[in-house]
Amino acid sequence: MKEEIFQLLFAQAREMGEETGQTNLLNPTVETKLYHRDGNLDSLGLVTFIAGVEEKISDKFGVDILIVDEKAMSQVSSPFISVQSLADYVEKLLQNESGE
Amino acid sequence: MSTVAIITGTRKGLGRELCLHYLQQGFMIAGCSRGESSIDHPNYDHYSLDVSEEKKAVAMIREVYRKHGKIDVLINNAGIASMNPIPLSPASTALRILNTNYIGTFIFLREVGKIMLKKKYGRIVNFTTVATPLKLEGEALYASSKAAVETLTKIASREFASSGITVNAVGPTPIPTDLIKNVPKDKMEALLAQQAIKRFGNVDDLKNVIDFFISEKSDFITGQVIYLGGVTN
Repeated sequence: MKEEIFQLLFAQAREMGEETGQTNLLNPTVETKLYHRDGNLDSLGLVTFIAGVEEKISDKFGVDILIVDEKAMSQVSSPFISVQSLADYVEKLLQNESGE
Repeated sequence: MSTVAIITGTRKGLGRELCLHYLQQGFMIAGCSRGESSIDHPNYDHYSLDVSEEKKAVAMIREVYRKHGKIDVLINNAGIASMNPIPLSPASTALRILNTNYIGTFIFLREVGKIMLKKKYGRIVNFTTVATPLKLEGEALYASSKAAVETLTKIASREFASSGITVNAVGPTPIPTDLIKNVPKDKMEALLAQQAIKRFGNVDDLKNVIDFFISEKSDFITGQVIYLGGVTN
């Protein structure tokens, strides 16, 4: 499942890269920073990114997860810092969903 | 292509009237209420849910998006009221009012807003009340919940401004509906006396403001609260 989540996040990053001209997003890796002081997204970009990820998750896995977190703006513990941290977070949400 | 709208609280009262009004204009509408639908129309889909139930609300909104590929308009109409002096008000009532009036509005605004961001277009209208600027005694819980909605409206208007999404609020005066049927007559008259134009509002007054807010031409109108009847803050 993790690999599928990575692929989905990479696809969303590439879409955003094409739309915004942010070249770092065009060839994403697990280390690619999202919302961070060295990140590639501003807060509005992050919201758009997450909305796209939620839609892709729904299409791919057939479940509606809600990607929100009160630590979203934290520079230390936010799940939105990088592709890796977001993939871990999404995986946890999907596991919770299937465990319900 | 038809305008796609979500209207909350469509089973009765103002929500139902607004829904019928926009169906007549050719909108595709998804509505919700805690009860079953009272509208039978080919362009209307009904969802039975409580607006503060996050999971059900999210599922509804995403289903509407999957069906139509967009959501142009959100009218956050669902609301409940309570008239009671503060010393006699249970905390459970405060929570129930906040859940429906504020949390419900917040959840729908957040989720529909995310979809509107993708399309870089949207019109969101929230509901407040003249009880908030008039600081009506006995309406602390209701008016406070709507004060929160007003602040949410103003901040959301800024967060969404660069994406072609407007967020405004309308504050009706008393309109004879179920919401005020149990309010004593003398209280109602005292309230009307505080308005610049001293009469009950009607549904057409409300439709007029919402028509204005959701017009494509109103792209420079956001973060505004319009009260009916000449009430000001």
